[in-house]
Amino acid sequence: MTLSPVRTLIIICMAAAGTMITRFLPFIIFNGSKSNNSYISYLGRVLPYSAVGLLVVYCLKDMSFKSSAYGLPEIIAIACITALHYWKENTLLSIGAGTVIYMALVQFVFT
Amino acid sequence: MKEKITALKAAFPHTIPVLTGFAFLGAAYGILMNSKGYGVGWTVLFSLIVFAGSAQYLAITFLTSVFNPFYALLMTLMVNARHIFYGISLLDKYKGTGKLKPYLIFGLCDETFSIVCSVEPPENVNRNWFMFFITLLNHSYWVLGSAIGGLVGSMVSFNTKGLDFVLTALFVVIFIGQWKTRKDHKPAVIGVLCSVICLAVFGRNNFIIPSMIAILMVLTIFRKGNKEDNKLSKESVQ
Repeated sequence: MTLSPVRTLIIICMAAAGTMITRFLPFIIFNGSKSNNSYISYLGRVLPYSAVGLLVVYCLKDMSFKSSAYGLPEIIAIACITALHYWKENTLLSIGAGTVIYMALVQFVFT
Repeated sequence: MKEKITALKAAFPHTIPVLTGFAFLGAAYGILMNSKGYGVGWTVLFSLIVFAGSAQYLAITFLTSVFNPFYALLMTLMVNARHIFYGISLLDKYKGTGKLKPYLIFGLCDETFSIVCSVEPPENVNRNWFMFFITLLNHSYWVLGSAIGGLVGSMVSFNTKGLDFVLTALFVVIFIGQWKTRKDHKPAVIGVLCSVICLAVFGRNNFIIPSMIAILMVLTIFRKGNKEDNKLSKESVQ
């Protein structure tokens, strides 16, 4: 399913606006002076870690343990990514290999 | 003019790792967009004006489901919230960059940030143009990489089933990277647990906002509990 061109454009503008807000905000708010608010700097330290946790869960939200594959393609691929990333610590290798493994699993094994 | 060429020459070597990374991730993005029915024109437009890898990958999910611009904005803010902290750390460095400043801020992706905050140009090189070219080179690698992906995707047809997983893989890798570099795993665990609980309670279409609220609340509660520890550790660092 694709959106109409106008709707696609609106989504692009939303993605652009969201990105630009996060990039320009500090320069607008703290124009000249650094923030001394300890709550904000606390959130600055911890929020990036929680946010990535949420994003991982978001990506796996459609995973189903009740389907014929029992979520095994996701579990196997993530296990491989974890092992590979602890071993080689190469971001592109981990992402590339993990994706290829997942594609192979859903295309040939759990069809 | 000579000043700019010197700055470009000094900037280029630092961007080579980004060139390889963006060629790969950009191409995968172009292929994925193509497989969802969005041609190379859309891909290039996206890469040109959004210029944020994970946000663009995430936006594909909004291009292929029910039209919901508010959600798209909210999720983009969420994904890119980390950029706020890049900005805060570069406030001083980007001060006095004059007319280049808006573009420097616009192009402040993860990779640009990691170079700009860690590399200083040689003495004979203009610092502002040096940072400008790092940003510009990275931006063009991303646009070119995704354009190539879009073109390849439209010419070569192969089974792209499961290619969406590249986004999951990206976030898992970031998660592991963060896990390894930080001793205190509480924030990461809070992020995952709150999201999983909210997913179970609110269902997959409505769990994002409750998760964000839950995460903020739990982090705030933990801060109060740890306030004394934080003060102590801060003092010992100083």
